[in-house]
Amino acid sequence: MLKDEDRIFKNLYNDLGADLNSSKKRGDWINTKDLCDKGREWIIDEIKKSELRGRGGAGFPTGLKWSFAPKKVGLRPHYLVINADESEPGTCKDRDILRFEPHKLLEGCLIAAYAVNSHKCYIYLRGEYYNEGIELQKAIDEAYKDNLIGKNASGTGWDLDIYIHYGAGAYICGEETALLESIEGNKGQPRLKPPFPALVGLYGCPTIVNNVETVSVVPTILRKGSKWFASLGKPKNTGTKIFCISGNVNKPCNVEEEMGIPLKDLIEIHAGGVVGGWENLQAVIPGGSSMPLLNKEISEKITMDFDSLVENKSGLGTAGIVVINKDQDIIKCFARIARFYKHESCGQCTPCREGSGWMWRILERMAKGEASREEVEMLFDVTKQIEGHTICAFGEGSAWPVQGLLRNFKKEIIKRNNFDPLIKSNKDIPYLVDQHLLEKDNAQNKS
Amino acid sequence: MSLKKISKDQPEKFEFNQQSLEAAKKILLNYPTGKEKSAVMALLYIAQRQNNNWIPLSAIKYIAKFLSMPYINVYEVATFYSMYNLSPVGNFHVQICTTTPCMIRGAYKIVEVCKKKISEKENVLSENGNCSWTEVECLGACINAPMMQINNDYYEDLDIKQSEKIIDEVLMGKKPKSGSYRGRTNSEPENNRKTLLDLKNA
Repeated sequence: MLKDEDRIFKNLYNDLGADLNSSKKRGDWINTKDLCDKGREWIIDEIKKSELRGRGGAGFPTGLKWSFAPKKVGLRPHYLVINADESEPGTCKDRDILRFEPHKLLEGCLIAAYAVNSHKCYIYLRGEYYNEGIELQKAIDEAYKDNLIGKNASGTGWDLDIYIHYGAGAYICGEETALLESIEGNKGQPRLKPPFPALVGLYGCPTIVNNVETVSVVPTILRKGSKWFASLGKPKNTGTKIFCISGNVNKPCNVEEEMGIPLKDLIEIHAGGVVGGWENLQAVIPGGSSMPLLNKEISEKITMDFDSLVENKSGLGTAGIVVINKDQDIIKCFARIARFYKHESCGQCTPCREGSGWMWRILERMAKGEASREEVEMLFDVTKQIEGHTICAFGEGSAWPVQGLLRNFKKEIIKRNNFDPLIKSNKDIPYLVDQHLLEKDNAQNKS
Repeated sequence: MSLKKISKDQPEKFEFNQQSLEAAKKILLNYPTGKEKSAVMALLYIAQRQNNNWIPLSAIKYIAKFLSMPYINVYEVATFYSMYNLSPVGNFHVQICTTTPCMIRGAYKIVEVCKKKISEKENVLSENGNCSWTEVECLGACINAPMMQINNDYYEDLDIKQSEKIIDEVLMGKKPKSGSYRGRTNSEPENNRKTLLDLKNA
């Protein structure tokens, strides 16, 4: 288990207070000027060396992303945008950072903004986090008052203004280009990439978009050194990460742990075990709802990092772990996830807009046992038609969980669903009947 | 994309009052000149707050003029995002998260409570007119499932009895205490803390 002194978010459970003075006692803002004085190159280089990977889901190396921003500011100003639109089912880590460690985030904003030459930073906060927004605004006001941000922020000679932009309940705005569209005052529909936001982003200007957790760990990495951070976890999967363990566990919780910790340890030690014992485990969603589920055998020995999860046909995503035990109807659980994606599809690309609805309807029928066996294959085909055929990763995000279900629980689905669409008693109909004939009343009339 | 019902009863006129106007002007300062359009989401919120928690079409028109945007663009934004109510909701708008992590911890039991106490159908006002409920997608408090949001506050770690109590209070027009209803602190593992213990005891 990770030692307490190696934990970055010491106030994860709000034992110490989130205000500026308490944060300073924990070491925030103490030598921000010195860190910035070492120069942009040094900051980006340290982050590269620490092998920090983005904590928002895709796991893109942060240092590399920052180095894509133009070195000199041309005619267009640079922007830094923080993605606090946390809405992936199973994930609630950023909420605690915003509530209890806002100064880590703000200091990270200053350092990141300095590194990518930006004078303006927007924090895109999901609209439902109204109270968290108030806490964050309080922290921003405190920081302005103490001259930590604003003109000549923290004495670095760099000006930085931080604004909160409230979202309004659209999951898709967690996608970086949809988020930029949303800040510009449009519907949150993703843009085609390239051009990438680092060159053409907010208002057509170079923009770096980072997750809350990514930016919040930056000051600590620079203070304690990239070597320290890289020594935690596994190669290429370094550092610590906040894991959110929810679902059928005895003690659901957020906990900061080393990357590469065994999943079983997280569930058994930190979350108090599966409800009904480990034997009662059915499946685990390891990284927020868009990552394919793991079955019990894999959950037994998997470690939680980007690469080993990809090897097992899943992903770390946001590290929102949802534990599902055998008391739950697994098909129903995934029908509900499919409904989530149907509701949240932005409607821009046809495969996703229509396909997410198809998947939901087929799964709902499967949960009730009203689907035919052929439809299992058809459902898989639908997921393949969506995956890779959309502008943004939402297509994959909606298709993967269904694929994971089909990979691991095909037998259950087939066992429950042996509906025969042919009406046997009426031998004159040799083909599949129309949908309206499937309705119970009509079927009874025929027999 | 969520389907939205636009109210048939529309007020003829809408204008920002003094307080809203000041808030709107303050928001505009957040964005570069020439990019005032960015403020549209915030202004819709302001209009919603001023108009009893819902946005009439006249407010959409007003905001379009205010920001010199085409009406249809504001309309697009108002219909795209799920947090803008385009028809009246109760003074207390109860939103229950029913996405999988909450569902497997019993969110639908809370839905039943709301059906019984508030109204049979979603988005329909209760008999006394001050409360309505709706099912929503993940509210980002999965650790504290099942949970619901009433106006701006989160009510976490619920069970049937407690949600009945909360809904009763809300129906009487009182604002219940927000936060966890099992008495745990935030998102820590209840009585099972293995980390940051020195700090807790310090």
